[in-house]
Amino acid sequence: MLYFQRWLLVVILGACAFGVIFALPNAFSPQTVAQWPSFLRQQVSLGLDLRGGSYLLYEVDFDAAERERLNNVVDDLRTQMIAAKIGYTDLAATTSRVSLKLTDPARYGDVRDIANKIDPGMDVQVSGGIVTLTPNQADLAQQQSAMVSQSIEIVRRRIDPQGTKEVSIQREAANRILIQIPGVENPEEVKQLLGQTAKMTFQLVDPNASVQDARAGHLPPGNELLPSSESVNGQPTQYWVVRRRVMVSGDTLTDAQATFQNNEPVVSFKFDSIGARRFADATKENVGKPFAIVLDNKVISAPVIKEPILGGSGVIEGSFTVQSANDLALLLRAGALPAPLTVLEERTVGPDLGADSIHAGALASIVGVVLVVIFMVVFYGLFGIFADIALFFNLCIMMALLTMLHATLTLPGIAGIALTMGMAVDANVLIYERIREEVRGGRSLISSLQAGFERAFGTILDSHVTTLVAGALMFWLGSGPVKGFAVTLSLGVLTSLFSAILVTRLLIVTWLRRLKPKAIPI
Amino acid sequence: MRPLIVIRRIPNIDFMGLRKLGFALSLIMTVGSLALFFTRGLNYGIDFSGGTIIEARSTNGPADLSSMRSQLDGLGLGDVSLQNFGSPDDVLIRLQRQPGGDKEQEQAVEQVKQKLGSSVEYRRTEVVGPTVGAELIRAGTEATILALFAIAIYVWFRFEWPFGVGAMLSTLHDTITTIGLFSLLQIEFNLTTLAAILTIAGYSINDTVVIYDRVRETMRRYKSMDFTALINKSLNETLSRTILTVSTTALAVLSLRLFGGEVLRGFSIAMLWGIVVGTYSSLFIAAPLLYYVRPKRAALKPGDTSEAAAGGRP
Repeated sequence: MLYFQRWLLVVILGACAFGVIFALPNAFSPQTVAQWPSFLRQQVSLGLDLRGGSYLLYEVDFDAAERERLNNVVDDLRTQMIAAKIGYTDLAATTSRVSLKLTDPARYGDVRDIANKIDPGMDVQVSGGIVTLTPNQADLAQQQSAMVSQSIEIVRRRIDPQGTKEVSIQREAANRILIQIPGVENPEEVKQLLGQTAKMTFQLVDPNASVQDARAGHLPPGNELLPSSESVNGQPTQYWVVRRRVMVSGDTLTDAQATFQNNEPVVSFKFDSIGARRFADATKENVGKPFAIVLDNKVISAPVIKEPILGGSGVIEGSFTVQSANDLALLLRAGALPAPLTVLEERTVGPDLGADSIHAGALASIVGVVLVVIFMVVFYGLFGIFADIALFFNLCIMMALLTMLHATLTLPGIAGIALTMGMAVDANVLIYERIREEVRGGRSLISSLQAGFERAFGTILDSHVTTLVAGALMFWLGSGPVKGFAVTLSLGVLTSLFSAILVTRLLIVTWLRRLKPKAIPI
Repeated sequence: MRPLIVIRRIPNIDFMGLRKLGFALSLIMTVGSLALFFTRGLNYGIDFSGGTIIEARSTNGPADLSSMRSQLDGLGLGDVSLQNFGSPDDVLIRLQRQPGGDKEQEQAVEQVKQKLGSSVEYRRTEVVGPTVGAELIRAGTEATILALFAIAIYVWFRFEWPFGVGAMLSTLHDTITTIGLFSLLQIEFNLTTLAAILTIAGYSINDTVVIYDRVRETMRRYKSMDFTALINKSLNETLSRTILTVSTTALAVLSLRLFGGEVLRGFSIAMLWGIVVGTYSSLFIAAPLLYYVRPKRAALKPGDTSEAAAGGRP
């Protein structure tokens, strides 16, 4: 009890010094701290509920991606089976597979080969002349994971193209993307940018098809009916019948910029070499015919090809505003999302409320700590002061750890700090009560202290472990704010174990050695 | 420096004599809580139920709720609820989930903002879809049940199974009655409340562990003491620390309730209740339960006969 091994002494004093030094920057304004040596500049990062900002939780729509994939397989199968003269009926896609009935079951081998070429990630099976194609599960999981990573990359390019903003974009669970943008009070602009997949295609308009017939349901095979992107009162201004076959797709674009042409905002674009060649070929063959520039199944415009475009670049005209031209250029530069994103949660906190929350949280914590400090002095006198000193170091070490671990402090996190301040002295109470009991039992001064610390230790450990269990489960369960609480609660429990047992003991031992008291003042 | 207040006398309260009263009270509270939960249900916040909330502050003095309400009722957004939030200037507007997708929710928020114009400034907007809420309820329930089991297993591992049973039942009692309180008072049940319930599960066990430790120590010391007397003795000897540890935590939580703002209201109310009921259940449920699921005394270390050899803890 009286003897502290040197290394332990070093650890205790070192931890206390670490706590005070690294917690210190948090007590000053960021401007002041900016003048300090670099290792002291780190401050605890505040959650969006405290600093204000937007929190958007998106889900990658795997189902939509799956639907599109299966529909593409159906289209490709149709063209290639016709080309290979394979007879079939009932070719269709359900939500999870593609099936068809072969007229001549002997041609199954050919169908399988075609299917494997179209999409190698499909398992092909046959039974009684009915061929089914189902996505391979392992392959699908891998594709979906890649889809989320790719989406994150594209989201970043769209909302933070220069990489200069303080935006956090991270994966949540298997199919979610969490975007946190500090300081943004109105996330509409961001939502606008992420609201479209931005798949761009150039498709020929079928000049012979009648839009009226198509709208009545008589669509010539190989064509599709698309609305214009321009709309009035939610109704598209125009419809087009275009060829399903894509002339050139947007993924071959290398650049897009908003510029002006005849004083109208337009978007200029450049293809890579493959795209440029395809575009050149397509325009060469179709001079005089209109082609549609399609974004997310809506026709932006459908100009007539006046002459072959061989340079691999062009402009998109449409009824753009400067803003919408800029947005389209940004979307084209960033690339298309592999699947649509849907908003699951959206939380926006204004900076005023954040400041108020910090104020309220800090006030509550300070009042709480002051009450606890007074309480300990009232009930334990000098030993209470020892506990209070340990509590101070506990708070410092906790803040220092939160700072160093780059943990995010949220309002519930502050509640966790306040709560653990109240719980931290519990260990002191257990030790002191035990000491009292030992003194009452007639033990000597030193042996009472010794027994108090030793016997209380197991109890303290047991009660702390149960709280840690709850903390760990909360972290596992946690979304944003609750995670913040789980972190401070668990950290606080751990640091209080250290401060209440070791720091208090060191203080008591020092007091014993220096003042050589005859009795314990509790 | 001496303490101002010292509890010197060890009380002599007959906790075991009160156990039937305690069991009856707890049974009523638990059954009542369950009944409330299943009939009246919880007032779920948007974290769980989905929907939209808008926190606004009036720019010219206290907010006129009735005039705002009549303005918003005309929008046809279904159930719109308004309430003061903390101060008279602050209003919390809650919209139900609008049929449709993201766009419809967005439009509803825009409509509200247009209607109220510049009479208010917006402090917070939250839109939560229905999927997340359902997942959270499931994950929250799972986490709470897991916590109860994990704690019971830990106590079983550190003590013996009868102690584990007692700990689990009393913790279950604490969490169920907390939910009952929220159902009774219809206080908003949100994510932080759920965090509070998990914390209660972890914290309310603390007093129980302290008491169980003492029961075990007393069992080792006094091999032939009557079990009722033994539990009473342990409870009385640890009463001062039970009260003092609870008080310090209660002080911290009380200050959160008083100064921590509206967002932490549910959290601090749940914690306060949990602390109080946790102490009560340690004294009147967890300890007396040992009388029924009696730990085996012979199973304790056979060598410990003298008092001095007892490897005890408080």
